[in-house]
Amino acid sequence: MPVISAEPIARDNEQRSREDARHDRIFRRVLKFCALLVLAALLGAALSTLWGGREVLFGDGLRFLLSDSWNPVDDKYGALAPIFGTLVTSLIALVLAVPVSFGIALFLTEIAPAWMRGPVGAAIELLAGIPSIIYGMWGLFVFVPFMSSIEPALSNTLGNIPLIGKLFQGPPLGLGLLTAGIVLAVMILPFISSVMREVFQTVPTRLKESSYALGSTTWEVLWDIVLPYTRSAVIGGIFLGLGRALGETMAVTFVLGNSYNITSSLLMPGTTISSSIANEFNEAVGMHRSALIALGFLLFVVTFVVLLIARLMLRQLAKREGK
Amino acid sequence: MNDRAAAAVAALPSVDARIKIQVRDLHFYYNGFQALKGISMDIPEKQVTAIIGPSGCGKSTLLRVFNRIYAIYPKLEARGEVALDGENILDPGYSMNRLRSKVGMVFQKPVPFPMTIFENVAYGIRHHEKLSKADMGDRVEQALRSAALWDEVKDKLKQNGLGLSGGQQQRLCIARAIALKPDVLLLDEPTSALDPIATSRIEQLVEELKSEFTIVMVTHNMQQAARCSDLTAFLYLGELIEFDGTETIFTKPGKKQTEDYITGRFG
Repeated sequence: MPVISAEPIARDNEQRSREDARHDRIFRRVLKFCALLVLAALLGAALSTLWGGREVLFGDGLRFLLSDSWNPVDDKYGALAPIFGTLVTSLIALVLAVPVSFGIALFLTEIAPAWMRGPVGAAIELLAGIPSIIYGMWGLFVFVPFMSSIEPALSNTLGNIPLIGKLFQGPPLGLGLLTAGIVLAVMILPFISSVMREVFQTVPTRLKESSYALGSTTWEVLWDIVLPYTRSAVIGGIFLGLGRALGETMAVTFVLGNSYNITSSLLMPGTTISSSIANEFNEAVGMHRSALIALGFLLFVVTFVVLLIARLMLRQLAKREGK
Repeated sequence: MNDRAAAAVAALPSVDARIKIQVRDLHFYYNGFQALKGISMDIPEKQVTAIIGPSGCGKSTLLRVFNRIYAIYPKLEARGEVALDGENILDPGYSMNRLRSKVGMVFQKPVPFPMTIFENVAYGIRHHEKLSKADMGDRVEQALRSAALWDEVKDKLKQNGLGLSGGQQQRLCIARAIALKPDVLLLDEPTSALDPIATSRIEQLVEELKSEFTIVMVTHNMQQAARCSDLTAFLYLGELIEFDGTETIFTKPGKKQTEDYITGRFG
């Protein structure tokens, strides 16, 4: 009779579970390392821009933040104009891109016939793949002349409306905040709409049917059911687009006109944080260099504040829904 | 009308009730595939009619014709006649709004809307009627009471509907449907996602609701059909095999196929 002792098997089992525990431990550490890497990169980038811009940030302090004059000749720098330009162009981009993306995403998920969904979806993703320099070139050679031809009409119509009229008065240069905002809108459109499309697809069919069964129209189902159901992801998508708009450099640099102006007119040239850096980095030394790096740090801060606002907004909305 | 359908109509049980929904020679096509083949049946008012049959026999399809919910999808087509109070709802001229306010539907899985409990119930009402705040409050309370949910949620009307248990969510969906004061309530396997206790609450509720509503219920649970319904229709492969009083169907079915299904020999 073959003798099979229970001893070795028990030992094997024990060894096996020890090995399993070790593997799990190693696996957990690897994952933790990957996550920490992101934090380290973020912190490193933020701290090194803070360090690089220390002369201006700590030397000039508030004056750097509140002054709108940017004068390399006198070595006096103020960040207000680039911050203004960054926020305004991004805001224009969002105002234009969000409703259009919403329409695209809803059309593709709810209304379009099946044969159309694939090709149009792919076209939108291709739009996201175009390098920003191409947008910049197209913007400068094609879109700017077009804008300068319609800007007189804009000034004559929208320019006469009280309150918002001021936004549309000015010389028809073609270059300017509005043009940059529109180009940015085209650039962030695919990001926002593909996020929206994806999350709209996650809405359970039964939920939509329940609403239709109560007599809702397609619009009511989309606005009252689909949108609230996917709200946090939709806002996430919008802020993904906003993040891109805030940091976008090349395309904006081409069509913005690059002048340190704070104007009430959207037709006037301006500058953004990233396009200032791109334009001037080559010849910057000393304080000028420090000021540009400090601008980079401010872009971090602006992006962070924007994300923070998004979080607060979501929490506020969730409260209203009774969560 | 084919023979079998005619036989089914003839076999209408002798209930002394007004006919609420009259189905005549109804055919249904999914993108060319025929899912219902010449269904004819008379559904009496304020009774519970159960539709049973194996998966894929067309029972949900039939239910979804009654409020034309299928019409939100392209390439689905119903032919024949479905008369609600004598008016053909398949007529393109029949207002969808009117149909949906007269025929409420509850689905398999409880799906509260992403809003507060109060809003879940008020949502449908708002589409059809303009009510003052006080009237709306009354209507919502009334609907929640009818759905036997009021006592459990009256203190948390402002909380999200998703925080309720599965059974409560399903009763919320019933409240949402009856808040519109429909004539007909369609229940599509309303307890298939619920535990036994929640299921028996819903069944009890169905019993209570039939004094006010005409209820048509699809179920794959034969005991449930036997317990809650007054009439039972047996569908097989898109055809109405037998339609009779529930007791008759379950004790002395007229057709061999019905007997085989009920005794568990197939399906």
